[in-house]
Amino acid sequence: MSAGNATNAPIIQAVDLVKTYAMGENEVRALRGVSLAIRRGEFVAVRGPSGSGKSTFMNIVGCLDRPTSGRFVLNGIDVSTLSRDRLAEIRNQEIGFVFQGFNLLPRTTALENVEVPLVYRRTGRAAREERSREALERVGLTGRASHFPTQLSGGQQQRVAIARALVTDPTLILADEPTGNLDSRTSLEIMALFQKLNREQGLTIVLVTHESELAAFMSRTLVFKDGHLVADHANPAPDDAARALADLPAEEALT
Amino acid sequence: MMDLDLSLKLAWRALMRNPLRATLTMLGVIIGVGAVVTTLAIGQGARASVQAQIASMGSNVIMVMPGAPSAGGVRIVMGSSSNFTIDDVDAIRRECPSVSLVTWTVRSSGQAIYGNQNWSTGIIGATADYFPIRDWTIADGTAFTDADVRNAAKVCVLGATVAENLFQGGRAVGETIRIKGLPFKVVGVMGKKGGSMMGGDQDDVLILPGTTVQRKFLGSMNIIGIVMVSAKSAELINPAIDEMSSLLRQRHHIRPGQEDDFFMRNQVEFANAAEQTSRTMTILLSSIALVSLLVGGIGIMNIMLVSVTERTREIGIRMAVGAKGRDILSQFLVESAFLSLVGGAMGVGLGLAASAAISQLAHWPTIVSPSSIALAFGFSAAVGIFFGFYPARKASRQDPIEALRYE
Repeated sequence: MSAGNATNAPIIQAVDLVKTYAMGENEVRALRGVSLAIRRGEFVAVRGPSGSGKSTFMNIVGCLDRPTSGRFVLNGIDVSTLSRDRLAEIRNQEIGFVFQGFNLLPRTTALENVEVPLVYRRTGRAAREERSREALERVGLTGRASHFPTQLSGGQQQRVAIARALVTDPTLILADEPTGNLDSRTSLEIMALFQKLNREQGLTIVLVTHESELAAFMSRTLVFKDGHLVADHANPAPDDAARALADLPAEEALT
Repeated sequence: MMDLDLSLKLAWRALMRNPLRATLTMLGVIIGVGAVVTTLAIGQGARASVQAQIASMGSNVIMVMPGAPSAGGVRIVMGSSSNFTIDDVDAIRRECPSVSLVTWTVRSSGQAIYGNQNWSTGIIGATADYFPIRDWTIADGTAFTDADVRNAAKVCVLGATVAENLFQGGRAVGETIRIKGLPFKVVGVMGKKGGSMMGGDQDDVLILPGTTVQRKFLGSMNIIGIVMVSAKSAELINPAIDEMSSLLRQRHHIRPGQEDDFFMRNQVEFANAAEQTSRTMTILLSSIALVSLLVGGIGIMNIMLVSVTERTREIGIRMAVGAKGRDILSQFLVESAFLSLVGGAMGVGLGLAASAAISQLAHWPTIVSPSSIALAFGFSAAVGIFFGFYPARKASRQDPIEALRYE
């Protein structure tokens, strides 16, 4: 996919999404009718207090969960009613996940961690390794392939996780507070990486964040509250994370 | 399914997370499989040696013994209560067409002396046909002859054990030994037969003409112990028994409805009795083996359940990136099967060592056959898959959202 046709077809289409959970006697209505569309090449911030329904929304977008009612179309596929196994296939083919806690497999090298999604795609061993090395290169981790997660810094671990999300060439990257466990400098590095992937490779990214200053780096912000989408603004001129990183005071850069 | 080498690598890595725990988990399977292998080895060894011993009784042998069969099965009665006569034996030889050879035996015991060596042993008096009936080869010299029996000659044939003890490796044939003080010429030394079913050494024996034993040691020409007969073929064993039975009833004036005053046993019956005993043993030992495999399996299930819980987050990550239920299921199944197969391999090693030790220390014959090793392996794989299934299924049914949230 190239950046040229980035803004054409919507790759996410949500129509009146409702999600209710039974919590003992009570019924919790986590989503109360959310409709929106996200187009190819967008870099979307998702914000909202806890309990606002943003996690539920992200779970549905990530095909980890199905809506109680409403329609959710991902890249032309209506996934609202698919089976668990079909959802697993869609996740494998369409989505790359990046989590707050990195969620790398312990005692498993960076390269092997990146290979995991390809394993479930039945990619052959040689192709698996080649593509995984490529993905590590894209996130700037050449030379760390045989390191274990415990031998890597937080920022490096998150880069491995991003490489794992990229390795399948997904339609969409879903990042759940990817900088929540990182210091501000590393956070900026990760944001700069996301921006680069979004601008240079046309990747569509949906990123949950608590920090309002991070939303400034993205092209659109969605705000959830009480199960509703309460705000949806475009940001035609996002800040540049790489420049912000360069502008950091020198003494902070030393730490 | 992911490729097998990757599955095995994952399984290996999972076990190496905690080698001590893996070893302890495998212990049940190790002991179970070890017990299965050892049990089968003892069972097969016992069966083979019983069969060899039964074969060592001779070919198509029927023993005709005086008295009524005791309720407990085979009890060989010896001594003076015999009601057989030499005439009975001659009649069997003459009138039973299915019988090829007949001999009669008497027993005694005593000390044999050669030079400064002496040896106490059993003495069997018999006729010359005793040797072919019992398939007993003469290793050196010859057997005594019918003429020796007619003349009550003072000749003897030595069992291998007696020859070794009296002659210490020197040649016995042609020498004269003293048995119970009387001089006997050694005409032959028999080949080795080994242990009997009753546990005695069959080679610790002297064979003399029956008439000589009667005259010199028992002081009576009327005493006959067991009559041994060989049928012309295996198929003729039962006809021979019928022929002898009606002949002896007639000769002993037993009226219809009255009980026999003799009873007969043949190899098939001995074989069946021995088979029964070894089957009982095998069933007993295999149930012990099965119980320990069961316990081993429960141990595997327990540890796999712990492992599934510990690795909830890993399961969540794998599911998030596209693992289906069956991918997770097979990953954990391979792991438990691997665990029990490694345990099985160790158990086979233990079983081999235990069998060898039993042969060495207890002098029990053991035979470890490839099929019993395959059986033990099959069992351990089955245990791993059977008891691993529930934990693996539990893993495969995790909700990815819950699993990812698990701390």
